[in-house]
Amino acid sequence: MRLSRLQIVLWVAAVAAMILFAGARWATQGEGVAETGPAFTPVFTLSDDEDRLRTSTEFRGKFLLVFFGFTNCPDVCPTTLSEVAQVMDDLGADSEKVQPLFISIDPERDRRLGLAAYTAAFHPAILGLAGTEAETQAAADSFKIYYERENDATSPDGYTMAHMPGLFLIGPNGEWLRQFPYGTPAADILSDLQNRF
Amino acid sequence: MKLLLLAASLSLVTSAAFACETVTAGDLTIEHAWSKVTIGADRPGVFYVSISNAGAADDALVGISTPAAGMPMLHETVVKDGIASMPHAMSIPVPAGQSVQLAPGGFHGMLMGLTAALKEGDSFPVTLSFERAGAVTVNVEVLSLRSEGPDCADAGQ
Repeated sequence: MRLSRLQIVLWVAAVAAMILFAGARWATQGEGVAETGPAFTPVFTLSDDEDRLRTSTEFRGKFLLVFFGFTNCPDVCPTTLSEVAQVMDDLGADSEKVQPLFISIDPERDRRLGLAAYTAAFHPAILGLAGTEAETQAAADSFKIYYERENDATSPDGYTMAHMPGLFLIGPNGEWLRQFPYGTPAADILSDLQNRF
Repeated sequence: MKLLLLAASLSLVTSAAFACETVTAGDLTIEHAWSKVTIGADRPGVFYVSISNAGAADDALVGISTPAAGMPMLHETVVKDGIASMPHAMSIPVPAGQSVQLAPGGFHGMLMGLTAALKEGDSFPVTLSFERAGAVTVNVEVLSLRSEGPDCADAGQ
């Protein structure tokens, strides 16, 4: 079989396109695995600052931006909550489609210090939740996140919390969508959300 | 919205006055000293600054003190295997010819035992103790919770 020059060019172009397509798919899949993992539905039952039990199911229909943190954390937590606040402002009218949650991994102390005053200082839309130790551990396990109390004489009350600082996005049906790693700019979170509405 | 942004950027510029002060001590230049608003006085405040060493000898920041807090400490945010922790930093190296940032997500001063809540626009002194350069006092500007640092572009940094 003899191919004309045009046919050769077309074949080369077709093969190149296939390689590019496969490469692009492979690249996005790699990203997808890192950020989303297998589908699952995290659940929680935790009290808000007014001692009302709040559950994962009551937020169906909304996207959830979930951050696990503690209010004695001077660096990581305020940075992430500030980004969430910025995202909520920038969403404008779409902000009603998103519920940001701050889940305390240091519930006893955060409850004593006042959770609602803390979250409201960043943005009034952020709902702070602080359960019992068991409820908090159950919520963290359900989100597949890790936290640990570390004794540290140089920290307030002699301890600090090590935790996963990511921001987790949950879909309107309760499904885990992805995580935004610590330091993701508010603009990136905003555009990700806007693409899902 | 645009107006809001304009207002926000204006307030940032005006409130960044103290934070844009530069203090020199020997070969060290210390600038961009800032902190963030705290919610009450029961939670620790934070202290950020940038230090550059123009000299030929290494130095190190070994401690901080301030009348604003009973127990100020140097800490470092370390994110390892996806877990963030904040170990105490005994000393922060300031190598010869280099600069080091105390900045969000890295080294920072943790101001425990605040004497009062930190409010936007407040300022307070922090004395940095260096191994070689000794004690240097800077004025720290309290910026908003959402601030990512002082904007000193107009201050001729």
